[in-house]
Amino acid sequence: MNFYPIFKKELKSYFSSLIAYIVLAVFLVISGYYFYTDLALFVLWGGSSTQEGLWQYLFHDIRLILLLTIPLLTMRLFAEEKKLGTIELLFTYPFRDSEILLGKFLACFAVFSLMIGLTVLYPLLLAMVYEVEVGPLVASYLGLFLLGASFISCGIMVSSLTENQIVAALVSSGVIMAFWFIDWNEAAVSPQVAEVLHHISFFEHFYNFVRGVIESKDVIYFVLFTFFFLFLTLRSLESRRWRGIR
Amino acid sequence: MIEVTNLTKYYGEVRGIDNISFSIGRGEIAGLLGPNGSGKTTTMRILTCFFPPTRGSAKVAGYDVVTQPIEVRRRIGYMPETVPLYPDMKVAGYLNFVAEAKRMNSRQKKARIGAIMERCGLVEVAHRLVGNLSKGFRQRVGLAQALINDPEVLILDEPTIGLDPRQVADIREFIKSLAGERTIILSTHILPEVSMTCERIIIIHEGQIAAVDTPDNLMKKLQKTSKTVVLIKGPGGIIREKLQMLPGVITIEDKGEASPGVCCFEVEAAKESEISGELAQLVYLNNWKLIEMRTEKMSLEKIFIELTREEGAS
Repeated sequence: MNFYPIFKKELKSYFSSLIAYIVLAVFLVISGYYFYTDLALFVLWGGSSTQEGLWQYLFHDIRLILLLTIPLLTMRLFAEEKKLGTIELLFTYPFRDSEILLGKFLACFAVFSLMIGLTVLYPLLLAMVYEVEVGPLVASYLGLFLLGASFISCGIMVSSLTENQIVAALVSSGVIMAFWFIDWNEAAVSPQVAEVLHHISFFEHFYNFVRGVIESKDVIYFVLFTFFFLFLTLRSLESRRWRGIR
Repeated sequence: MIEVTNLTKYYGEVRGIDNISFSIGRGEIAGLLGPNGSGKTTTMRILTCFFPPTRGSAKVAGYDVVTQPIEVRRRIGYMPETVPLYPDMKVAGYLNFVAEAKRMNSRQKKARIGAIMERCGLVEVAHRLVGNLSKGFRQRVGLAQALINDPEVLILDEPTIGLDPRQVADIREFIKSLAGERTIILSTHILPEVSMTCERIIIIHEGQIAAVDTPDNLMKKLQKTSKTVVLIKGPGGIIREKLQMLPGVITIEDKGEASPGVCCFEVEAAKESEISGELAQLVYLNNWKLIEMRTEKMSLEKIFIELTREEGAS
């Protein structure tokens, strides 16, 4: 697989265009604020369930910030190349479409991992004054990485459909939100449909990780979700073959 | 080096190119000439494996563009129209990316980037952002990225569009200097450009090939004679005889009677002989009636007129 040149280029571009710094800064400020307020809440009211409750709150909050920040990382990946016309050159270099896609996906995932990696600071800080249980945290971080991969693949797919980055960001936020909230209102659908929606939604699957439970069905859900949207992206890239335009 | 057979491309219902066939030998510079929208870019995008043809086949450097696109892409250099570049990359960094994208190993890469920047005159801007470069430099960066893998086949889409006359001359000179080393196919809608740089011209019009020939031959074909069709009311035999005696007339073809008493002739005459004036005078002096006179344009000539007109405008 010859994806490395693309990976390197995208990673460089994230940092030279400052997008990575801005998204990182916004993410860390908000997640840091959430950590502080969640901690304050549980120190005051938590009682015996302090740790469990704190991490559940914090990771659910981080999930919310990801909903807003990941589309900002993915929006440019294909939309910008389409706008600039550089995609035409890219498709005439000796890459397979899948290599281009993989390079871009991994570059975005690397920035995301840095973002998430820096939040390890919070449990470390807490560990200095309080004994921290590692197990549930590992599960939560695994869940976060899987969730991030799903968000990214979804964002890339939308980005491959448009040459307008703002449209790409908004629509991917919308799609992610739809998958998130799809099972919220059980009153609106029949019980059978509600059951199906329940399994499609991000919400339920992520919740298990945050509770410290790693279940194979949840892992498979996120992996499938990621691959499904990457597959759709490939189809979208291939559409130039019959549409003829970029 | 390039073998194109019955190439057809449809965009949905819209025809891009229709049944195009030509071949270009090793080391040749060929010009794809045609008005805007005639199918030049479509042809090039197929040759560069950007998208496959609807029907027909194309081979570049011995590899099929549909079944072996990666092999083809490794052996070509392509510069699209209005050179798309990443504005946030520096020239040297960009060329480094392209070299890696074209799968050069790191040892040959470094030397090659240096050499190509030298050759394209990019050394002074090596550490500037591509987005801040002038049009002329961007064009050279476009050429550099196409040349970096030392391609056997170079495909250039409108390489001089939007440049000032001095830069146009530079680029043309540069393209000429690449000849012999590699096969070059370039497209343009400007007639003098191909006649200056190319050994062979492929004229595309409305998605089909109108002519393939050397520039000299094409010029000869076009400039030697003109055809005029006249409809004259009068005695056919005598008219024919007298037409024959007009200065510059080469052949006369009898087209029969257009209507009772009106004979129709197609007169081929040397271009410079101003045949229409002579004809009119002849008719007047003999008391015949001139029903119609029109200069027939060959389809090729039509295209050329379109092309040369655009050159005047640009």
